Amino acid sequence: MNKKRVLHFILITGVLFLSVLTPVAFGLSDAYKGNIYEIGTLKPIDSVLRVKVGDRAPEFSLPSISEQKVSLSQFLGKKNVVISFVPAAWTPVCSDQWPGYNVAKDIFSQYDAILLGITVDNIPTLFAWTNQMGQVWFPVLSDFWPHGAVAKRYGVLRSNGVSERALFVIDKKGILRYIDVHDINKRPPLEDLMGALEKLK
Amino acid sequence: MKIILTALILITFSISIQVLPASAANKPPEKGETLPLINLPVPKNAEERNYLGLSGGGLFKIPQIKACAVIVELFSMYCPFCQKDAPRVNELYRLIESNPVLKNKIKLIGIGVGNSPYEVGVFKKTYDIPFPLFPDKDFVIHKVCGEVRTPYYMIVRMNEDGTHQIVHTQLGNYPGAEPFLEVVLKASGLK
Repeated sequence: MNKKRVLHFILITGVLFLSVLTPVAFGLSDAYKGNIYEIGTLKPIDSVLRVKVGDRAPEFSLPSISEQKVSLSQFLGKKNVVISFVPAAWTPVCSDQWPGYNVAKDIFSQYDAILLGITVDNIPTLFAWTNQMGQVWFPVLSDFWPHGAVAKRYGVLRSNGVSERALFVIDKKGILRYIDVHDINKRPPLEDLMGALEKLK
Repeated sequence: MKIILTALILITFSISIQVLPASAANKPPEKGETLPLINLPVPKNAEERNYLGLSGGGLFKIPQIKACAVIVELFSMYCPFCQKDAPRVNELYRLIESNPVLKNKIKLIGIGVGNSPYEVGVFKKTYDIPFPLFPDKDFVIHKVCGEVRTPYYMIVRMNEDGTHQIVHTQLGNYPGAEPFLEVVLKASGLK
């Protein structure tokens, strides 16, 4: 019995050791040079959702980098809405996620969807960061003040004040149709989001 | 005691096969070296198979491509510089293909690090990329290439004795089709 316990202990320690030694991979673009702040591997999810599929999406109005305020309700009856919360500007995975959505602009249009990118960073930070990406076609909104209020309302504000890496798909009636609170360390595959949009057709 | 020893041996072995190869590639492949172990699927598309001089199915290694030199671009659909370079890398392909002397000697492929087949498909369609692209969804190739930033270009020369050598690498800084072709010709000894 003792031997069994020891063996289990060693095996578990070994597995943990391997998982710690195997870093999470991400393909970082050279576009950011040395300006990306390495954050290491984080707790995958650190919040509790406060909305669910089928709920009416909570309304918000946030400032954007183009200086105009953007409200969720302005798309009611006009566009499907994808909200992409990313944790923070100038961090590894986030810095590659939105430029990918730049390439997929036609696909968003095909599904009659607008994308709203949101972080808890302030406007000047978001301005500089998205310029480094080569600019993006979709509104980039700042949930900086009151800090993370929208992220908190949706239940994706982490305990350290940044948001989760989360995607919400809202149909033209303002109803939440898809939620993906993703492992913060990994980029959500594009096909999963597009599959959710396909279902709105 | 025997059990403890056996477990320790197993753990050590498991670390050596799983972790060490990744940590061994702590730098990108460089000039003068051979390619790390990269297995790619033989394209299902006949045109792409013909372009690479491959037949059948299964996996192939880059040195099996029928050419004197192969340009390998490690890219990502999510990388702004790769997006910016894409039309100009297409020009390089067209420049080579329109030259009857070079078209069978130099081939071009792209590997989408961390990109799923769908994401590689989106990149290919958006930029109308005419040469074969391969997904590396789980970063397997990215890891053996030292988790290099993208875009990373490698020029591989195929030697007559069946061996190969990386003769040029560069991180970004793509200078345009004509200057890059000059680099390819000089580095691979085709000029």
